[in-house]
Amino acid sequence: MRSAAYNRVMNEEPGRSHHDMGGLPAGPVAAGEHEYALWEKRVDALLVLLSGKDCRLMTVDELRRNIEALGAEAYDRMSYYERWMHSIGQTLIQRGVITIDELGRKMADVEARAQRGES
Amino acid sequence: MAHAHDNHGDHDHPHPVRPDQDDSLTYYRTMEIAVRELLIEKGILTADQIRRQVEDMDNRTPLRGAKVVARAWTDPAYKARLLDTGNDAVEEIGLDRGPYKLVVVENTPQVHNVVVCTLCSCYPRWLLGLPPDWYKSRNYRSRMVREPRRVLREFGLDLTDDVVVRVHDSTADMRYLVLPLRPAGTDGWSEERLAALVTRDTMIGVASPKA
Amino acid sequence: MTTAEVGRRFRPGDVVRVRAAHPPGHVRTPYYIRGHTGVVERVCGSYPNPEELAYARPGLPAQPLYRVRFLQCEIWPDHTGGAEDTIDIEIYQHWLEQG
Repeated sequence: MRSAAYNRVMNEEPGRSHHDMGGLPAGPVAAGEHEYALWEKRVDALLVLLSGKDCRLMTVDELRRNIEALGAEAYDRMSYYERWMHSIGQTLIQRGVITIDELGRKMADVEARAQRGES
Repeated sequence: MAHAHDNHGDHDHPHPVRPDQDDSLTYYRTMEIAVRELLIEKGILTADQIRRQVEDMDNRTPLRGAKVVARAWTDPAYKARLLDTGNDAVEEIGLDRGPYKLVVVENTPQVHNVVVCTLCSCYPRWLLGLPPDWYKSRNYRSRMVREPRRVLREFGLDLTDDVVVRVHDSTADMRYLVLPLRPAGTDGWSEERLAALVTRDTMIGVASPKA
Repeated sequence: MTTAEVGRRFRPGDVVRVRAAHPPGHVRTPYYIRGHTGVVERVCGSYPNPEELAYARPGLPAQPLYRVRFLQCEIWPDHTGGAEDTIDIEIYQHWLEQG
């Protein structure tokens, strides 16, 4: 998917992180934008509230760092708010706010409810 | 807006306009619901807080930034204050001063400013709302610092050689708002009428207001 | 608890060079600007270090942050835009040396 020019630059610049893309060769800017889905706005809301002064359970810096830690393929493949959600989950686990076990069980519960047609 | 589809290089695939996805449970949608429910169960957040935050964000639109611009266009003393201490000036006209330091950069006939965040998507959300997909895209973030005039041309903005282009890469704790050039033929217009000319894209710097 | 702040070394108009270091981790100095020389356009204030905040550490003492202005024609070898075109970037003091 990436151009030969991009790959050549990235091979010559091993110290450049994948997200640090200023100056790299790239294609035309597609002027598209989409109306944000409710789940995306909720992800945004979670970050604002969790990092806000009344809560302070995470920072935007941790949000960014956990996004940057995604591998190149995942970073490119995932949508903007998928990267945010991944990062919020990671940060809350790192901070000890939730455990992996809790999150896994709750996610399975959400899926089971959806299968049963409940909300 | 139309632009040339060259075959060179990567082509961004913007997520197409899609209907609300609340009817299909993807992995990350599942995670969002799960995390939200856990945080509510633990008493960390309430459903009401989350709902209100979503509403607040919906109410933050470029109309806020436009109001600031229109005031600056009609009141030179206000403009001076805005350029000096942006947050105070914004608060002065009854808007949220915002969580980050606001730097307002003024377009003149000699200087054109444009904003990008190459590292992520930093954006003056409290004045413009959520950033558009293209602002967060690989292609914009990669190329705006390197070839701004070409990218601006793709947006339909052609700058002459006598105009200096200043790109602002929003890498840390400042947020940038472009104060676009007031178009000719608007003498005596009310602030309201002027504000209607000020689109989001003119405050990012990829467009110029037209009367 | 006092919020310690590192003393400011630079003022508007000072010529500064961005260190050419490439550590892994959460760094807010873009790769493309490292090693380049610019002029301090303004002092933005002092802020906790994001490289530390990213790991849930306090990031103190606060680091002075500067807006540094660079000439496009000095950064990109194939620059074809205006000779006076610039990039302004916010850079933390610990990434800057006297130019």
